[in-house]
Amino acid sequence: MSDDAPELWHTACEAASLLAACPAGLGGMVVKAPPGPVRDAFLAMLKEALPDGTPWLRMPHALPEARLTGGIDLASTLAAGKPVFERGLLASAHGGVLIAGMAERMDRAIAARLEAALDTGQIRIERDHVSDSVPAAFALILFDEGEPGEDAPPASLTDRLAFHVDLTGLSWRDLGETLSSKASATALPLQSVMLAEGHAETLVALADALGIASLRAPLLAAMAARAHAAQAGRVMTDETDIASAARLVLAPRATRLPAPPEEQQAPPPEEQEHQANDPAPETMEAQDRPLEDKILDAIASAIPADLLAQLQAGRGGRLAGRGAEAGRKAPATRGRPLGARRGDPRRERLDLLETLRAAAPWQRLREQRGDAAIAVRKEDLRVRRFRPKSRTTTIFVVDASGSSALHRLAEAKGAVELVLAECYVRRDEAALIAFRGQKADIILPPTRSLTRARALLKGLPGGGGTPLALGLDAARQLADTVRRKGDRPFLILLTDAQANVGRDGMGGRQKAEEDALASADALHRDGFESLLIDTSPRPQPKASMLAARMGARYLALPQADARRLAAAIVPAR
Amino acid sequence: MHGTIKSPSYKTDFPLYKTETNRAKPMSLNYPFAALVGQDEMKRALMLAAIDPTIGGVLVFGDRGTGKSTAIRALADLLPERETVEGCPYGCAPQHEAGLCGACETGSKRKTVKSKVPVVDLPLGATEDRIVGALDLERALAHGEKKFEPGLLARAHGGFLYIDEVNLLEDHLVDVLLDVTASGENLVEREGLSVRHPAKFVLVGSGNPEEGELRPQLLDRFGLCVEVRTPTDIATRIEVVKRRDAFERDRAGFIAQFTKEAEKLRKAIVAARKKLDDVDLPPEILEKSAALCLALGTDGLRGELTLMRAARALAALEGKKSVTLAHLKTVAPSVLRHRLRKNPLEDVGSTVRVERALEAALS
Repeated sequence: MSDDAPELWHTACEAASLLAACPAGLGGMVVKAPPGPVRDAFLAMLKEALPDGTPWLRMPHALPEARLTGGIDLASTLAAGKPVFERGLLASAHGGVLIAGMAERMDRAIAARLEAALDTGQIRIERDHVSDSVPAAFALILFDEGEPGEDAPPASLTDRLAFHVDLTGLSWRDLGETLSSKASATALPLQSVMLAEGHAETLVALADALGIASLRAPLLAAMAARAHAAQAGRVMTDETDIASAARLVLAPRATRLPAPPEEQQAPPPEEQEHQANDPAPETMEAQDRPLEDKILDAIASAIPADLLAQLQAGRGGRLAGRGAEAGRKAPATRGRPLGARRGDPRRERLDLLETLRAAAPWQRLREQRGDAAIAVRKEDLRVRRFRPKSRTTTIFVVDASGSSALHRLAEAKGAVELVLAECYVRRDEAALIAFRGQKADIILPPTRSLTRARALLKGLPGGGGTPLALGLDAARQLADTVRRKGDRPFLILLTDAQANVGRDGMGGRQKAEEDALASADALHRDGFESLLIDTSPRPQPKASMLAARMGARYLALPQADARRLAAAIVPAR
Repeated sequence: MHGTIKSPSYKTDFPLYKTETNRAKPMSLNYPFAALVGQDEMKRALMLAAIDPTIGGVLVFGDRGTGKSTAIRALADLLPERETVEGCPYGCAPQHEAGLCGACETGSKRKTVKSKVPVVDLPLGATEDRIVGALDLERALAHGEKKFEPGLLARAHGGFLYIDEVNLLEDHLVDVLLDVTASGENLVEREGLSVRHPAKFVLVGSGNPEEGELRPQLLDRFGLCVEVRTPTDIATRIEVVKRRDAFERDRAGFIAQFTKEAEKLRKAIVAARKKLDDVDLPPEILEKSAALCLALGTDGLRGELTLMRAARALAALEGKKSVTLAHLKTVAPSVLRHRLRKNPLEDVGSTVRVERALEAALS
């Protein structure tokens, strides 16, 4: 239970009321919440905010494609003797709300169908002898129930949903008063609300300051700002609308802390206090500052917590389970079901229901022979497809050079040990690469043995140059091996990014840095998930640039001790 | 256009489907192609493929939220109308003697009609029967008649076939596509039917490489491969947000603002098509392109051929009489980027490698 619980709930209410006012335009909401009273309260609140009779549908987990987009209805088809098509879930949700639980385990293909519907407001059906396109504009509520360390919901899907809310820390006792948010009489149609001059610029600048790459974020924020203005009956957005949109849409997506502008290093204390109380001060003395700075101040208190929370949820853009996809191999006969396709049941598992469904429309055409109630032919046979379960292998790449060792090697060792313990519990594997002097060594090949790891760690010496490129190359090789085995590698790089030894083992800062960046690019190209922890006492632009090139999450933890490091790492996987 | 594709019969307990009026399709108001900000390489690639379909398709790979599918869906509204044989379910073009379906080949009278160039969506989860075509069940059940109901491949003939998230397409469907794109015709042998019809289309795919690799065989089918990145330039980003916001607020009005520019682009495509055969390919350009492909070690002739075609289409689009080095340089990254042999030791991206080779070969 956190102190800001009432505020969190308030945020969720606000987001829900905006969503209720404009379900399709805002895409929907990602809600991090396990099943329980808080989640039920949230849903009740959202339902209350919607006009009566709005479609309200739950999407079962791992439902077959045919249920999602529509397909042959087995019973009716057999009865009618001709194909009867059953409308799918997406079409039924048109104009309303679709709720999906366990989003972190959502199949990529299902997510892609949802994305197409969110983008176009309709679905194209091309299956089971039916060609049609049906309206399907809905708001998607995605419940992320992932435990720390599990896969995150598909990032390409969450990117399309305006609001990201985390209710995990809440207890139902924390729930403050629920905003009654039935569309008020004063609300204007969204179409009539305009973004005020300069507000698009502000939202883009804010997104930039928070390190949000996707352009959908400022777009959704613009939509949210307009919805906010519409609720208040304004035809033009004002600062409160932009501040709300920034807080609800942009802040939860932050991937970095905004750099404080030089002149604002020490804002007068009374101003800070004022802003803490009022999210959008319309004070006169702040007039000369750009709007985005004011808003950044206003939402700043929320960002660090949110950023860490996001890392802890492991739902940051780049971390969302793509390794598993990339590591997918030939047909598996066990694992998560993926649907059915035509095939040979002698080699793969028969999907009886899908087979019957495929045979159903033909029954009247096929001459009934013998006693068989249903004539099934070879071309009807459907087999199940599965995705094999893959394990995560966490690869630590530790900078053991002089510059790093001085500050942080001990902490890094401690953090690695704590994470190793965690891996042991979850039956995951961990590996350790250390680089110093002229080489990078695999100190610990992928293992689950805690004792062995601990012993090796203890003996890890520090000092010497920083061959960053060699370290990254070794990491890439190991990650590749892991992926080849069908597992999912996750890289954690602990360094201060002060490379001074090149790939050839020669000194020279410039060459070393170039080599390191090239190696980082290679890692990015191969699509390995990674996290870079900047261990220097003062966070370096070099390190954040390296992270960007690696496609890694960047985390500066200047004051971190082993326990805090571990706390940040464990969930990020 | 294709009256043969019937509307489905639905289970009756769904009120939305009871009346025809309720089933009216939503008006397609796509974001206009002319209003797309930046992403010049992608726009150019799509236009080149529209000018010369033999370039062989466009693959758009890149970040989320960069307008990949927006651009491709917008293409449909941009394309000039085409001529087709009236009543032909495959949309045969009357002037192409080689690629006619059985009916058009033998039929004597060839009345032609103007129709929109199809941009057909192949959604994920499409089943094989709808892609290649199958027995018309309704007809078979009602009249005991064996009639072929054309699928998406037939509908896309002479136009574009678009697959969003192409890297998620199931393997057995990829096989079908590989077969058809190689032969230019669709051969259906199922449910006692044996049908063969032309299926020549420009394959357009989009996806995010982080979500899985494309099979090399399929990759090879695409003439051009474009990488789109989220624009980092603040002014561009602001323009994207402003335009998109204006579009969401008033779609019809926004589209109207760009009709003139759309018309200009359309005319440019028509003019370029006419000019295409007259564009000169100087021998030194041929030499340079061969040198370039050699330097990059691209397999086979396909890269060189596509390079020529793309450069020529670009010259035609710009209204030039002959291909210049500048044209070659412009199209080379899109043509060659996905044809490089994977080199695990190479430490730079394919785009950079193409650019380096360009500099070396063309200097």
